[in-house]
Amino acid sequence: MRNRGLLVYAAAYLAFLYLPVLFLPLFSFNASQYIAFPLTGFTTQWYTALFADTAMLQALSNSLKVGVVTAILSTLLGLLAAKAVTQYRLKGTGTALGFIGLPLFIPDVVLGIALLLLLAAIGFPLSLATVVLGHLCLCTPFALAVLIARFEGFDRSLEEASADLGENGWMTFWRVTFPLMLPGITASLLLTFITSFDEFLIAYFLSGTDATLPVFFWSQLRFPARLPVVLALGALILLASVVLVVLAEVVRNRGVAPDKKTIGA
Amino acid sequence: MSFLSVTRVIKRFGDVEAVKAVDLEVPRGAFFALLGPSGCGKTTLLRMIAGFEQPDDGVIAIDGVAMNGVPAHQRPTNMVFQSYAIFPHLNVFDNVAYGLRRDGLGKDALRARVEAMLATVRLEGMGARRADQLSGGQRQRVALARALVKQPKILLLDEPLGALDKRLREQMQVELRALQKSLGITFLLVTHDQEEALSMADHIAVMNGGRILQIASPRDLYERPNCREVADFIGEINFFHASVKEIAGDNVTCNAGLLGIVPVPRRAFGFAIAAGDHVLLALRPERITLSGGTVAGEIAAASFLGERSHYHARIAGRSEPVFVASSGPAPQGPVMLGWNPADVIALPFVE
Repeated sequence: MRNRGLLVYAAAYLAFLYLPVLFLPLFSFNASQYIAFPLTGFTTQWYTALFADTAMLQALSNSLKVGVVTAILSTLLGLLAAKAVTQYRLKGTGTALGFIGLPLFIPDVVLGIALLLLLAAIGFPLSLATVVLGHLCLCTPFALAVLIARFEGFDRSLEEASADLGENGWMTFWRVTFPLMLPGITASLLLTFITSFDEFLIAYFLSGTDATLPVFFWSQLRFPARLPVVLALGALILLASVVLVVLAEVVRNRGVAPDKKTIGA
Repeated sequence: MSFLSVTRVIKRFGDVEAVKAVDLEVPRGAFFALLGPSGCGKTTLLRMIAGFEQPDDGVIAIDGVAMNGVPAHQRPTNMVFQSYAIFPHLNVFDNVAYGLRRDGLGKDALRARVEAMLATVRLEGMGARRADQLSGGQRQRVALARALVKQPKILLLDEPLGALDKRLREQMQVELRALQKSLGITFLLVTHDQEEALSMADHIAVMNGGRILQIASPRDLYERPNCREVADFIGEINFFHASVKEIAGDNVTCNAGLLGIVPVPRRAFGFAIAAGDHVLLALRPERITLSGGTVAGEIAAASFLGERSHYHARIAGRSEPVFVASSGPAPQGPVMLGWNPADVIALPFVE
């Protein structure tokens, strides 16, 4: 009995989580522009309209650019910081980590306004670059957390063994450190990309005239007639996210099966 | 100049002097052991020779070339790490081939060299195995092959057998010894296990507190220790306080309290003595006989170990027992402890 109760609970939980999401693709193929049952017929016109919309394509391209640049930069910063924190004994490590992680606990709206005020004060024009700057504050702590966990289980004698066998620091990084860190780096890139790609508030404040996708999304909601197109866009993003996550898992499992004893999780 | 020469090398970690002005000469082709308790500086010294640590002072030279400022990846040494440090993302073959990438070997030559080395360490046909599919002994062999395939001038071994069980350890001791003899490469072993050092090395340097106490062959270390720490660290031993009574030519007589007046050959003293000096006399358990001697005692404890037995003999007036190892018949009743004066080890007395 108790097991069945838990099962029902689990099913309800998953339904609550995912059924609304499934409405997105469902209504994106519905012929009516009103979001209501019964469905009136199958159409791909919203998708056609979507790809004809240059503003949307521009926003998508903006978001991809911001996401990719943010992911690479925050993972790079996280990689260096994680290596420093875990492999060298430095003064003030705890304090530094606390300040790096703080943006996670500051409301995004506060962070966004604060950054906007700062940029306005120094006269820095708003652009996609400023969105990247804002997203770095948010994404670097994520990257750091993922990579520190990886580095903590890393056996330093592996790097020493590589040096001992004649490889310099640079080659040791590429032949030993990087392959062993690859699962962590992949996870960090993915996490930071998704975080940046989804982020609305900071992008809203800092994007100026170059809207990112979530900002564009928001602006379109003012026009009821545009809603099915927005749904089509949402459905595509959903599909892309699923593909991305599955791909990352496959790469992670195939790329390196790390020795649990030396690498840890 | 010897093959590996360590001159007045000092290493500090903060305020702690881990290695204190150490001098060491290792001949070419030797199997040399650095033996000492943990924290004695032996691993730090090894890591300085490998190039992972830089000495604060002094010179390390290999085959006549000073290594100061030479980074680890350019030194003619290779190391078997305590953790083995097998690359977990590479299979056995690629682990062994790792250090050969820069040697410009053709694909076939490289394969031949790796396969030959795998055969040397008895890992034929294991090239495709992943690191996580290896047993402890196999990991050890991979670490050994990976270092030896580079044909180092000196092979450094950091507690290489510590992670193995007793049986495997004894087997690997024999194999390592045979491998060193057949390859003729200079081996420098770091260990805290005296049995490991005694059974494998030609020369042993005993370290404690960042200093080298004595460098000698295993037999000399056992029979002719130069100080109390070395005598105590290598094997079992009994110490007796004594004072020099008389020096007459080659014969010295000591007043050893409970043991009475003890004759000791002059050559047993590796240091200057004068009448009245306090000294420490020492006897190995197997050099003491239980009958026919001059010191009365009784057996407080006995343990039978097959080919020999261990006894704790009590002497009136002495709190700690005298440790005796004997292969003779078990004694009945009181015993009379005796020894050959030539077996007495004389050591300086340090407060």
